[in-house]
Amino acid sequence: MSQNLFEGTAEQAQKLTDCINAHRGEAGALMPILHEAQSIYGYLPAEVQTVIAEELNIPLAEVYGVATFYSQFTLNPKGKHKISVCLGTACYVKGSDKILEAVEKELRIGCGECTPDRKFSIDSCRCVGACGLAPVMIVDDEVYGKLTPAEVTEILNGYISD
Amino acid sequence: MVNLKINGIPVSVPEGSTILQAAKLANVRIPTLCYLKDVQCVGSCRMCLVEATGARGLVAACVYPVSEGMEVRTNTPKVRKSRKTTVELLLSTHKKKCLSCVRSMNCELQKLALEYNAEEDRFGTDHDEKPIDDLSASVVRDNSKCVMCTRCVAACNRQTIGAIGPKHRGYAKVIGSPYDVSLAFTPCVNCGQCVVACPVGALYEKSAVADVWGAIVDPSKEVVFFTAPSVKATLGEAFGLPVGTNVEGKMVAAIKQLGDVKCFNMDVTADLTIMEEAHELLERIKTGGTLPMFTSCCPGWVKFAEHYYPELLPNISSCKSPQEMFSAVLKTWYCEKNGIKPENLYVVSVIPCTAKKFEITRDALKGYTDAALTTRELAKMIKEAGIDFANIPDAEFDTPFGEASGAGAIFGTTGGVMEAALRTAAYKLGGDGAPVEFTEVRGTKGVKEAEYTLGGKTVRVAVASGLDNARRLCERVKKGEKDYTFIEIMACPGGCINGGGQPYVHDEIRNSVDLKTVRAQALYDCDRENKYRCSHETPAVDMLYKEYFGAPLSHKSHELLHTSYEKREKY
Repeated sequence: MSQNLFEGTAEQAQKLTDCINAHRGEAGALMPILHEAQSIYGYLPAEVQTVIAEELNIPLAEVYGVATFYSQFTLNPKGKHKISVCLGTACYVKGSDKILEAVEKELRIGCGECTPDRKFSIDSCRCVGACGLAPVMIVDDEVYGKLTPAEVTEILNGYISD
Repeated sequence: MVNLKINGIPVSVPEGSTILQAAKLANVRIPTLCYLKDVQCVGSCRMCLVEATGARGLVAACVYPVSEGMEVRTNTPKVRKSRKTTVELLLSTHKKKCLSCVRSMNCELQKLALEYNAEEDRFGTDHDEKPIDDLSASVVRDNSKCVMCTRCVAACNRQTIGAIGPKHRGYAKVIGSPYDVSLAFTPCVNCGQCVVACPVGALYEKSAVADVWGAIVDPSKEVVFFTAPSVKATLGEAFGLPVGTNVEGKMVAAIKQLGDVKCFNMDVTADLTIMEEAHELLERIKTGGTLPMFTSCCPGWVKFAEHYYPELLPNISSCKSPQEMFSAVLKTWYCEKNGIKPENLYVVSVIPCTAKKFEITRDALKGYTDAALTTRELAKMIKEAGIDFANIPDAEFDTPFGEASGAGAIFGTTGGVMEAALRTAAYKLGGDGAPVEFTEVRGTKGVKEAEYTLGGKTVRVAVASGLDNARRLCERVKKGEKDYTFIEIMACPGGCINGGGQPYVHDEIRNSVDLKTVRAQALYDCDRENKYRCSHETPAVDMLYKEYFGAPLSHKSHELLHTSYEKREKY
């Protein structure tokens, strides 16, 4: 199951119930419900997938299969600060894989995951159009270019107290 | 009717038929992999591609509908090349440890690779070693061998469980339960329909063969085997005999050649189950107990009810299954009688079922059955022992648990438990001359219903096999739509004769032979020819009541022959 403890509010649960009720009985209800569930919770925790499966009377395996098939669905929460390391061609040849490695090592989580304190989450992306600055990492809306792995710690430290 | 030609052979088939169906009529063989009759028809594996006039490119014969005047070619160079490439691509990500694979010599992929001259490493070998899930008491999954045909998923969905499905995408795609949770922690009921649907070695039972060999050579152990009713009707298939051959005599002889072991007939405790169950039913009717009463001999059904219909648990008979009744009798009466310490008696059941492997681990039943072997595992042991099964002279079951009734024999097929119970109930209520054949509950129809008057009382019965049908029936009972008295449920479609522990049957045969009917016929023949037709006539049952249990539903039988159930969460 998800490494992060699920914390949902009553308000979120109500929204999910409303959304399921709105689509109940429709053919192909699962996709729109998953979309809305993700916008309610920011991701698709196991607990939410289970509720959807039970309510729609379909196996959890089916819900999980759909949630893991489409890349726009995420099973992990996003952190307060969203880190994205570009693995596009230009960044990659400039060693962005080493940048990603450094970020993963620093935060002790893998790509696609979120720290247990929900402060940071790491993702990779393909080309942000700043190839001249390769390798590039984005934290929230800030772009950091011409990075070396050694600079990663300092940049992240700037967000820790935030 | 639609007229078409397949490789120049004219055939007429009903409108809406597929090319594959038409080819069968023309006796033209088209290879399949993901297609399995009654289970899956999606056209995804591309093994059955053929050329057809009016179609662009090659089409999948299993899903492509025929049309008037169509000409189909199934063996052109283009078709053969395509099939060869398809197999080679499958092999490129397949863990090719064929020599030590459970399915070696019995693998559908291996067969196709040979037939189409596939080069094993044409596209290299690029399989990731995937973890083996062997935490379930019944089923092991080795995804390194999986070919993604999804026949297991379709089989599980057909059972309305859906414990497994495809997850992730592209090269990361695997079949399994959600997250990385083992099958053991899902609502899987261990029916094993996924195992018999699998064309390769990706799914197999949790083997007890090594343990049983160990016990056979252990001088401190006395080993007793007993075989379930349907095993005699299917074991022969593992040795190349035609489907539906009754090999009881050979089976017993072969088991006795495995070592210094005794071999008993589980039909006897099927009879014992009926004595308890029929009396429980009559008792419930008399005292206004919970009705309808459901049978309890199928461990797949019991776990299904525990997950999905906990509110119906009071309706399920408290009788242990024949396997568990036998083990209880052996570890108590038999041990006392023969001066054996129960811990020195090693009880091996041979069953057509993977769920029985789970059953022996249930808290309330632990310690009675030491090992449960599927029909396939028994066949494996017989082969390993170098026994010439086809030519071995028949032998008889050991006494006192040899002779049983025909009612016990038909336990192995859908409707059999019901008919056996009705025979004994009819006798209890009507005495001599009561009917012994209740043919309305026979046959492979998913749900069967009948109404009988027994001793002036009207009894409404229903029989379901396959959990989709069981679910339908449970819903009807929950809503109170029908006033049933007694309901028999078997988890596998067709009952134990089509159980998850039965010999692997290639898609080619499964797609053309009605396994369920042919195998069941062997049991009905056995019943018809039997000296005893009713459970209460079986001498060993009579003896057990006289010597040990007193009477059905006695204090002692409640203690040893009955059990209880628990509500289970799904996730």
